[in-house]
Amino acid sequence: MSDKIKFLMEGKECTGKPGQSILQAADDNGVYIPRLCYHPDLKPGGSCRVCTVNVNGRNMAACTTPVADGMVILNETEELRDLRRALVEMLFIEGNHYCPFCEKSGNCELQALAYRLKIMAPRFPYMFPERKLDATHPAIFIDGNRCIQCGRCVRAAEEVDHKPILGFIGRGVAMRIKAGSSKGLAGVEIGPEDACVKVCPVGSIIVRETAYRTPIGKRTYDHQPIGSDIEARAPES
Amino acid sequence: MQEINLKALQGEIKAIAATEGNQRTRLINVVRKVQAAYGQVSDPMIDLISEALSMPRIEVEGVVSFYHFLSKRKLGRMPVFLNSSAVAEMMGLKEVAAAFEKAAGIKFGEVTPDELLSLSWTSCIGMSDQEPAALIGGLPFVRLTPEKVFSIIEGLRSGKSPQELVEKLGVGDGNNAHPLVRSMVNNHLQLSGQVLFSSFTNGAALRKAVSLTPEQVIEEVKRSRLRGRGGAGFPTGMKWDFCRKAQGGEHYVFCNADEGEPGTFTDRVLLTEKPELVFEGMTVAGYAIDAEHGILYLRQEYQYLLAYLEDVLEKRRTAGLLGKNCAGKAGFNFDIRIQMGAGAYICGEESALINSTEGRRGDPRDRPPFPVQSGYLGNPTLVNNVETLAAAARVVENGAEWYIVFGSGQSTGTKLLSVSGDCRRPGVYELPMGLPVRMILAVVGAENPQAVQVGGPSGTFIAEKDFDRKICYDDLSTGGALIVFGADRDIMSIVYNFACFFESESCGWCVPCRVGTRLLKAKLEKINQGNGTLRDLAEMEQWGKIMKSTSRCGLGQTAANPELTTLANFRSIYQHRIKEDEYLTGFDLKTAVAEACEATGRYLQDE
Repeated sequence: MSDKIKFLMEGKECTGKPGQSILQAADDNGVYIPRLCYHPDLKPGGSCRVCTVNVNGRNMAACTTPVADGMVILNETEELRDLRRALVEMLFIEGNHYCPFCEKSGNCELQALAYRLKIMAPRFPYMFPERKLDATHPAIFIDGNRCIQCGRCVRAAEEVDHKPILGFIGRGVAMRIKAGSSKGLAGVEIGPEDACVKVCPVGSIIVRETAYRTPIGKRTYDHQPIGSDIEARAPES
Repeated sequence: MQEINLKALQGEIKAIAATEGNQRTRLINVVRKVQAAYGQVSDPMIDLISEALSMPRIEVEGVVSFYHFLSKRKLGRMPVFLNSSAVAEMMGLKEVAAAFEKAAGIKFGEVTPDELLSLSWTSCIGMSDQEPAALIGGLPFVRLTPEKVFSIIEGLRSGKSPQELVEKLGVGDGNNAHPLVRSMVNNHLQLSGQVLFSSFTNGAALRKAVSLTPEQVIEEVKRSRLRGRGGAGFPTGMKWDFCRKAQGGEHYVFCNADEGEPGTFTDRVLLTEKPELVFEGMTVAGYAIDAEHGILYLRQEYQYLLAYLEDVLEKRRTAGLLGKNCAGKAGFNFDIRIQMGAGAYICGEESALINSTEGRRGDPRDRPPFPVQSGYLGNPTLVNNVETLAAAARVVENGAEWYIVFGSGQSTGTKLLSVSGDCRRPGVYELPMGLPVRMILAVVGAENPQAVQVGGPSGTFIAEKDFDRKICYDDLSTGGALIVFGADRDIMSIVYNFACFFESESCGWCVPCRVGTRLLKAKLEKINQGNGTLRDLAEMEQWGKIMKSTSRCGLGQTAANPELTTLANFRSIYQHRIKEDEYLTGFDLKTAVAEACEATGRYLQDE
């Protein structure tokens, strides 16, 4: 088996390594595929579907599809852009996302992606769900309103922190993240340094008393759109 | 007092966990036993289970909250689960539901003060030819009428067991009257074909198989061009071949008996009348892929068949058709166990079924790896549908040439159809593949139907203009369901029923399915309330396509089919319900602010 995989991305010849997903290979080639539930330190979740790309004519999630020799991949078609907008809009209307006064604003991947995808207003009606706040812990809280069910925290707790203290309960539109104790977060061992806290892409898992340490205007996505770091990896042509 | 109870409970739950070897992979069995014993799996019970099985509490709670028949809140000692399928609605569900509420004196979602009864809704329980139907104390009660409901509730109140009530109402035909079944369910086996419901000698297929090499068995199945009977139609021989060749670990054969597609009940009748053939198919598959373990995943709705099926397995062990050196073949050891489900349509998806069998939430898995490469506990796993395995046994017994005579083209053999709705002879039919819908409608006694749903909600809603289309993989594929809708039926309310079904059965893992099913349901509500516009129809089509092209598994990819196929084939029905405007507010302003007007004493001015 060759140790190099050749594929076409947007008509451009790219190379990947065996075992890589399309998303990882694209990253290495400086091509940013929008994503939300994916995190480089974790196994892919395949849940947000934002990384959907067209592979040899079929739509597939880039994070869970292994890259293979001869693949012809499209990333920036109008169809895909619209599908991604729709998925991100679904996440906005499904929860209660109050960007103007959210402490994660500027560091939030959902918000940043909406800007990058040029979403003005969601096409779907808001659901205004009743979501719970778990504020039982002195240092950390989980706000269900802003949760997008991406499961990064669940995977990080298991794979990185090696303590499966978070998980999903319920199913369908009622599915929620929950701490593994009848006492809520207060009943589990969790701290601000845990990966499961740090990987939250939105303002759902928040470390108390840190909200405004970085002033607005100096936050991750205040000057550069999300994905710029990946695009900077593109080899000089 | 509380503490003493907790101590006692701890001992009892430890004992329950011990019956499952304290294995976390048997979590579904443990929680099912706890649910049966206490009518609930409460927070303290979740704590104790997690302790007994040494597993994270959140995983236990995740499982308890995933499956329909498990409940944190206490249900009655005789829980009633009335199924809300579209066919049940057509056959008088509303009156039956009202009778339950009146007789029990509670609403759905409640428990009687004496904790005897609870009323809950559930999805299709596989009795579409004998609706309305409910599970009461775990047993199916079919052809319900308000009168029957009153007498059942009265009987339960006077201390009679559900089984005693079934005996009083009368047991069904065929093996439904078997001493280990004694169910009021009827087979309604209207037509037996020559493959599945013809006479079969126990062991005939297996003895033939072991006289060949495993490769020859697979070759025979390949040549028969048998394809998966669940509806997806993957070539069976190829799947066996992939699994046989997969490296690493022990190989497993799964039989998927989680038929949850509303309107599908073919597996139920096969398992009632031909369980030997199904188990024989599993054993033949085991020989072909070099497996020692077979697992039949049986949906909880069919628990009433469990004792009977266990008995069939025991008899096969005694006859040397299971166990060590099966059918006299030295070195071929194979046995089968039955894994019960706990109520989830999604578990009919093969990787969700595997997760469930491992004691997890029934979320589907990402592919690759495919189950044939890495399935149950990471081992190469073959998952076939009940009917597929039964057909495979006959293929191996009689040869591919014999089999391909039935059927046509790429769709060989016979197919079981479960017919329900507006026809004179609902029930199960074994027919050659490739027959036109119109011919089948004549056979089942459907006069002048307005529409036929082929393949259940995830399938295709067709109108008269398509009745010459054929039931086969190249045209209209179905896992078995064929629901007939007469001229007077309101298609919109049927579509709405299906939309509710998908919303409640979505696992929630991926965004387009989780959110999209709710959005489509809301759209239909808007239209049914008279607030729909042209734009709503266009949006339903666009949103349905988004779900189709981005969802993670087959459920989400097909969940918009009721809307998409009716918009394509019954557009005029929608057009009658909507206003011919491009845009209209989605609500009625007066109704929306009525409460506020009342409170403030200020009222809207009429324009």
